[in-house]
Parts: sequence; structure tokens; C-alpha cells
Amino acid sequence: MFSKILIANRGEIALRIIRTCQKLGIQTVAIYSEADANSLHVKQADEAYIVGKARVNESYLNIEKIISIAKETKAEAIHPGYGLLSENATFARRCEEEGIVFIGPQPDVIAKMGSKIEARQTMAEAGVPIVPGISFPLADVDEAANVANSIGYPVMLKASAGGGGIGMQLVYDEEQLRKAFEGNQSRATSFFGDGAMYVEKYIDNPRHIEIQLLADAHGNCVYLWERECSIQRRHQKVVEEAPSPFLDEETRRKMGEAAVRAAKHIGYTNAGTIEFLVDEQKNFYFLEMNTRLQVEHPVTEEITGIDIVEQQLRIAAGEKLSFTQAEVKREGHAIEVRIYAEDPNTFFPSPGTITRLQLPEGEHIRHEIAVQSGSVVTPFYDPMIAKCIAKGSDRQAAIATMIEALHEYKIEGIKTNIPMLTAVLTHEAFQQGHTTTNFVNMYMNKKGGKTHA
Amino acid sequence: MHEVVALMAGNVWKIVVQVGDVVEEGQDVVILESMKMEIPIATEAGGVVKAIHVQEGDFVNEGDVLIEIE
Repeated sequence: MFSKILIANRGEIALRIIRTCQKLGIQTVAIYSEADANSLHVKQADEAYIVGKARVNESYLNIEKIISIAKETKAEAIHPGYGLLSENATFARRCEEEGIVFIGPQPDVIAKMGSKIEARQTMAEAGVPIVPGISFPLADVDEAANVANSIGYPVMLKASAGGGGIGMQLVYDEEQLRKAFEGNQSRATSFFGDGAMYVEKYIDNPRHIEIQLLADAHGNCVYLWERECSIQRRHQKVVEEAPSPFLDEETRRKMGEAAVRAAKHIGYTNAGTIEFLVDEQKNFYFLEMNTRLQVEHPVTEEITGIDIVEQQLRIAAGEKLSFTQAEVKREGHAIEVRIYAEDPNTFFPSPGTITRLQLPEGEHIRHEIAVQSGSVVTPFYDPMIAKCIAKGSDRQAAIATMIEALHEYKIEGIKTNIPMLTAVLTHEAFQQGHTTTNFVNMYMNKKGGKTHA
Repeated sequence: MHEVVALMAGNVWKIVVQVGDVVEEGQDVVILESMKMEIPIATEAGGVVKAIHVQEGDFVNEGDVLIEIE
């Protein structure tokens, strides 16, 4: 096992990783931007080094600076957390070149799954169902129109390198497609440096259900069941739960086995997630693979009792998985909500100073949080300021615990989405398990801006 | 004179109009970026763009005047 690692991230996920490192006796090196000098992750780590200015491309995305800090501090490995450099193949490759272990999969696997078009092709080869559409970049708008006509409208027009809803649009006819193509392509080029586009059949009223995987370098791969992440706003998840209220045992098993098959096909190692769209008939289709730890990993930890960060560290250190598929348990139900610094009605960001913070307490409540009273929430980073995870013996118990917890939160000085989360959790449709990706639009009539990836 | 103001603190990501342009009510004139979110700011009045008080990349606070329309 490693004796010291660098955490190339900030906020709650940096603290989450530090906690497991402390449990395992691993020293931690934090990095921080000028805007984060007083952050909790800086205080909690054994060592902390400034990495640059507030903006991420001048700090947390500065690959060479991060590598040099890792070398100077003799960190043996780098945990990238999620977001930022976590799915950056160049960063993983640079770590490899410098003899630093990247806590994640191999760079070529990251690159392969980072391209939606290539990932679709690869999954099809592995025998994983993919949404009907085209698996190669469209040459132009005429080809897009031909493909859309052949698979039938509505279709989703998507940027291969897209994310967070950028470069993605639902179109109902050829006129809309022609209007949308150029704008989305240029936006994808501007945001991601890659304007490759493709189209997919639109799945009506789908669920977003994903399978958590762990794979070691010795050929062992297990799935830790599923998470349902259908409640989203602006294509970003706000409520996640495990197990899914929608799946039956047979579909659950089939999805898990398909995910393991896919991971083995691409030689995947470490923790990863395969995201699926599931239609009303419980047909599932590959959506994308996240080659990193995910925000919502705690719900899986709560129902399985497995510390996923610990497993990531063990796998990266070359250890074998210490359990088999048959030994992965599933107990109770867990729900996670993401608390954002934003207006609950418009979803507009709400940076500012938190003047008061009081957290709910309880045996079945878990917090992943990196702010406290007096913390400044800057406009430079993601609006997520905390996650709350509630566990219950069943779904109803977990929902009841979460509703109570949301009522007990006291966050002053900034606006948060807690009223919106409460509205979701207390909604009859949610309580009955009608959790499709259209939930917020369908039941809550919310509007808002677009999200940057 | 109509003032288009920032609805939130953030960076000016894109200015969609130029001084002298004729704009209509409801047209997006500036796109702000904050917390990885893109917010198009529309004018609530039509007219001619008289002055632009910000540049792309500037940081603005909620309520700052971005554009004047006559």
C-alpha cells in the first residue's frame, strides 16, 4: 500500500479521500488554488501546496504543476477525485511517465471511453446494447438528416466529446435538426475542441440507472449493484438512490453482467461506472462509461458496506479484490441529495458567504461536505456544496429520514436548492418510484440556464 | 434608457451584441458564466445598443450594469 498520495481535487471529494487515507495510515498531500486557501481540505491534509490562481485552468487543471508537487513531496500516487483531471488521459499518461501511480484506469482506456462515439463502438463489440443510431462521426448535416430519417424522429443530436448537456439537443423533425446541427457543432468545438457529432434514437421517458464496478489488475471484476440517478436538472443529477425502485432482480443481474463484460472487454481496472438508459419496458442501453469515482458513490457504499475509495487505493497499489461477486451484499436503501448553492426556482448560481450552517444529525444520516459557517462559496467552481445521504431499512424509511434531514438543515447567507429537494422527496410521484429523467420538467416546471461541462 | 444588469455574480463569457446594434425585447445580449453554469442575459427592452460596460472575461457582481440600450 502507498505511504503518501497527492489528491488532485478540492471540496468534499478531497475530504472524502483524505478520510479513507487516514483510516489506512496513508499521508495526504492537498493542492489548492488562491480562492481555496482557507478550505477544509487544505486544513485536513497532512501537507498542502498552492497550485495557482482561482480559475481551474490556472490551478486544478495545471498538469505540470501538480506533477511537480507530487514529485517534490514524494507522493507515490495521485487520486484525481471526480471532475477536473479525473478523466484526462494526458494527465494519467504524464503520471505514468513520471513513475507516479494514477489512481484510475489506464490512459488509453480513459481516452477510449472519453469519446462517446468510440465508446459506443466498443460497447457494441462487447455485446452491450446501445441506443439505435450512428457510431461514427457524421460528415455533415445532410448525413445527419439521412441517419435521423432512417432511425425515425425524435432523435438526440449529440457531440462526441460533449458533457453536461453541452452540444446535445432533442430534435423532432428535419427542420429542427438542420437548425440545431451547426450551432451544437460549433459549441462543442468551442467547449471541447472537438466538433464530432452523432445522432441517436430518443428514448422516451427513460430512467438513468448505472452500474458501479470494481476491477483489479488480476482479471477480477465485480459489480456493486446499481444506482438510479434519474432525478436531474439541467442534465445534472440532484437525487440518487440505491437500489433502483424500478429494476427487477433479473434486469439488475443482466445489467450487472453486461457491465462486467464491457469492463473486461476493454481491460478496465479500478472503480468505474457504466451508465445506462432504461426504457419503460426495462430494455437497457449503454449511455456512457465514467472512468472515475462518482459523486454518488456513497449510496453504493451504504448498501454494500464497501469503502469504494479504499478499494480504489488497494487496486491501484496492485492488490487483488478481496471478495467475489457472490460476497457483495445488498442491505437496505440509501438516498443521496446534492445540495447546490443556487436559487431553487431559477437554478441560477448563488455564490456568497455562508453565515450560518447547521447540519441535521442522526444515526442514518451521512454528510459529505466541505463548507462550514463563514465559508465563502466562490463563483469559480461547481455549485455543489454538500451531499447528504440517508439510509433506511427500505425505500420509504430512507425517504422519511431524508425529508426530516432536509427540514433540519440551516444554511444562511446563500440560496440553496433544499426547497427544491424537499419538493422532490415529498412528491407523491417520487414516493411511488416514478423517477424518470423528465421528473423535474414534468412535475416541477422548472427553468434554468445551461451547464458547462 | 434601459440598463441590462447581471442576474448573478460571474464572468462575462460572451457579448453577443456590439454598440450600434438594434436589439429586440427578449434578445440575449450577454452570456454570463458562474459555477460552471451558462446564463444568457436578455434585454427587457428593444432599441439601439448605446454602451457596453464590460468585456469578455470580466468578473461582475449581481446588479452590475452590463449594457445600456436606448
